[in-house]
Amino acid sequence: MPQVTLTVNGKQHTVEVENRTLLVEVLREKLALTGTHVGCDTSQCGACVVHVDGVSAKSCTMLAVQANGTSVLTIEGLAAADGTLHPMQEMFREHHALQCGFCTPGMVMSAIDLVNNYPGGITEQEIRDGLEGNLCRCTGYHNIVKAIAAAHPLMHGKA
Amino acid sequence: MGFEGIGASVRRKEDARFLNGRGNYTDDINRPGQLHAYVKRSDRAHATINGIDTAAAAATAGVVAVFTGPDMAAENIGGLPCGWQIHNKDGSPMAEPPHPVIAVGKVRHVGDPVAVVIAETKQQAKDAAELLSIDYTDLPAVATMAAALASGAATVHDDAPGNVCYDWHIGDKAIVDGVFANANKVVRLDLTNNRLIPNAMEPRAAVGDYDVNSGDYTLYTTSQNPHVIRLLMGAFVLHIPENKLRVVAPDVGGGFGSKIYHYAEEAIVTWAAAKVRRPVKWTAERTESFMSDAHGRDHVSTAEMAIDAQGTFLGLRVATQANMGAYLSTFAPCVPTYLYATLLAGTYKTPVIYCEVKAVFTNTVPVDAYRGAGRPEATFLLERLVDAVAYDTGIDRVEIRRRNFIPADAFPYQTPVALEYDSGDYQTTLAVALTNADWAGFEARRTEAKARGKLRGIGISTYLEACGIAPSAVVGSLGARAGLYEVANIRVHPTGSVTVFTGTHSHGQGHETTLAQLVVEQLGVPFDQVEVVHGDTAKIPFGMGTYGSRSLAVGGSAMVKAMDKIIAKGKKIAAHMMEASVEDIEFANNTFTVAGTDKSKTLTDISLCAYVPHNYPIDELEPGLEETAFYDPKNFTFPGGCHIGEVEIDPETGVVHVVNFTAVDDVGRVVNPMIVEGQVQGGIAQGIGQALLEAAIYDDNGQLMSGSMMDYTMPRADNLPNFSVATENTMCTHNPLGSKGCGEVGAIGSPPAVINAICDALKDYGVRHMNMPATSGKIWSIIHAGSSKMAAN
Repeated sequence: MPQVTLTVNGKQHTVEVENRTLLVEVLREKLALTGTHVGCDTSQCGACVVHVDGVSAKSCTMLAVQANGTSVLTIEGLAAADGTLHPMQEMFREHHALQCGFCTPGMVMSAIDLVNNYPGGITEQEIRDGLEGNLCRCTGYHNIVKAIAAAHPLMHGKA
Repeated sequence: MGFEGIGASVRRKEDARFLNGRGNYTDDINRPGQLHAYVKRSDRAHATINGIDTAAAAATAGVVAVFTGPDMAAENIGGLPCGWQIHNKDGSPMAEPPHPVIAVGKVRHVGDPVAVVIAETKQQAKDAAELLSIDYTDLPAVATMAAALASGAATVHDDAPGNVCYDWHIGDKAIVDGVFANANKVVRLDLTNNRLIPNAMEPRAAVGDYDVNSGDYTLYTTSQNPHVIRLLMGAFVLHIPENKLRVVAPDVGGGFGSKIYHYAEEAIVTWAAAKVRRPVKWTAERTESFMSDAHGRDHVSTAEMAIDAQGTFLGLRVATQANMGAYLSTFAPCVPTYLYATLLAGTYKTPVIYCEVKAVFTNTVPVDAYRGAGRPEATFLLERLVDAVAYDTGIDRVEIRRRNFIPADAFPYQTPVALEYDSGDYQTTLAVALTNADWAGFEARRTEAKARGKLRGIGISTYLEACGIAPSAVVGSLGARAGLYEVANIRVHPTGSVTVFTGTHSHGQGHETTLAQLVVEQLGVPFDQVEVVHGDTAKIPFGMGTYGSRSLAVGGSAMVKAMDKIIAKGKKIAAHMMEASVEDIEFANNTFTVAGTDKSKTLTDISLCAYVPHNYPIDELEPGLEETAFYDPKNFTFPGGCHIGEVEIDPETGVVHVVNFTAVDDVGRVVNPMIVEGQVQGGIAQGIGQALLEAAIYDDNGQLMSGSMMDYTMPRADNLPNFSVATENTMCTHNPLGSKGCGEVGAIGSPPAVINAICDALKDYGVRHMNMPATSGKIWSIIHAGSSKMAAN
């Protein structure tokens, strides 16, 4: 069975996997990082989004072997060691951008990547279009869009 | 810190764990030594099972056991029960065919469980399941109600000839027919309410565990109501007494009704865990959820309104067929009857109403309550019919509603369909919505859009709904097999902090925050010293769970009653401590005072004394400070309101863009305005989804064509606008909080507002009605068929 070495939230791990093992299965089952969720089986919902080498990726659509040698950031690795929330997490809380919380890890990780890609500013339409890969059944997206818009200046140092 | 009682938009306690990926959802739970279950499901809609050869599967590496329906039957495992019995017009009870946990003898829908494989890993179980050899003989499938009701149609259940579950009615047909015969005009509308798939983002999951030493069973499950599951599964399916069965619903990722029901997989993992003597875990894959979670809606109706020359509603007559699917799900029979037909007065003073409902079995997934449960169906019918009345008579759509509203001074108002409304002011919610939506400025917007080549329309829906489920004796008389009270146990700890044990179960609604706010308000305990515990039958005395917008109205009211008892006991203790008479003790802001003096004790002084009862009225009062209340509501609650949708259609593609959506809702007392807004926004999104995007589609062979998220259109952020959400509240008169509930109103009022707007946008094309979903293909066809007609003119 192949072995995969990857750094997750700053810590290096080597795990044994099958060829068919998905990255999300490694995170949830081998590394006990259950914050990343599985919500579908057709790559639509985005609950599984993590960052791989700084860029968002759907961990349900990536084989573990593809993640060999990469650096992965999951929702568990976002807040600082002292518990201080990332601005995106903070704005999600402030603007009530989550209800059941199941889509939230993937939504937050996608949102961070989205805002990273628009350093100069982001419009409401760009936010809505940029969330096409993330489904939420609870919020209707209204507050998620508000939270992301509010996080943008905090993330790009313009607060 | 700021004010954290009733009315404050307190930020949520539960966010701390959800935002850091530290939620505890059922699939996150792993028990030592656990095995994994994979459910093999029927790939055909209707067939007899001649035999299942499990040998190859059982012999596969890692497989510990394979079970089929006959294995369960041999141990007298009961079928999944139905919790509501409806009677026919002639008084006879509905057909109630058995619903085995795993199919026996016959499969009745694609997705029907036929076997379960239990193995060391999920992949091993899944791989082994492919080696099951199932000998089917296909039967003709009845995939639609029309097919099921046709003469000579295949029968889904021997117990239900003609595939009819029940033929029910409400109202006096003879009186209503008489009103229609004498009416100035009758407006008729044929309409459907499209079948939906709830698709909460968390797929269902269940972990069964059995303690060999104590004989205790534990089930972890994605449920909105763990006590109900314990009762149904323990008493009727697995025959386990309550004290040997613990059901835990941890964090649940959305439900919308689909996680109310007692499902086969819960019984399977609990039973199997005892059989194999190891924990058994099952998690649905999404395509599996599509064919096993209860679906919603699925009505076909004819609606008629008798009116006079001024457009006054004289009588309403409705005939509905409601799809039950292949088996009766837990609450299914009540959804198209007592949660639907009793809402057909809506906000109007229509004097007579008759509704008949035929419930039909088909070879499709069972149908049951989904956000709104019967009230979206009633509202869509009524509000489309009212617009049809306006269309046919030329009377303005807003004016026709105003003319027929129940006036604000008419409450309590007894409708002709059983319900008595306690309070409401429909003229006000309408007026505020018209202002917020800038209804007056719409024609200018329509003209401006036309100049850009777009078709704009605006639509209104004035709705009323019934929730705060429910008064037990009333629903019992209507066929419910359960009580629908709620339970709160409030424990004041010796050092003054409070734990609330509630029988409700939040799955996104923020109860850990909002219910704590009730304690801040009434006991004056600081917010961060109140903890709300829910979801575990071992910790909470009893409860009926969260659905039907009941948690605040019923669960919150139970908490108020329990806190009243705490205060009453506290006053006696305070009187003793302060050597005063109990009549002179007042309680406010966490403090007991002797009226007219500066003598006072805090709740913490009292609770410490209660647990260390040295200076204490021990002869009259037991130590401790903990009270339980069971609250049975006196009536349903009646939120209502006005929703206005504004759409812009691109004639070249038929795509509908919702440019504005305005909601003004009456939800009674608001505890946390931020949470109420979130609930309404989420409901509106589901309503727009129903109106424009979503449909569960079967082919004639009963194959689920919309079987995954690739084929079933879930609303995304770019399908939806920002929402304008406001409240104009009248208090509920019969519960101590005055709250009516807000969880479902968004999904109830919005679909007709959107369809009414689309019909308005297309009025030049002669569109009087459109069924949902109003897809771009449907609209494009109308526009382009209409264009050649218009060009010819």
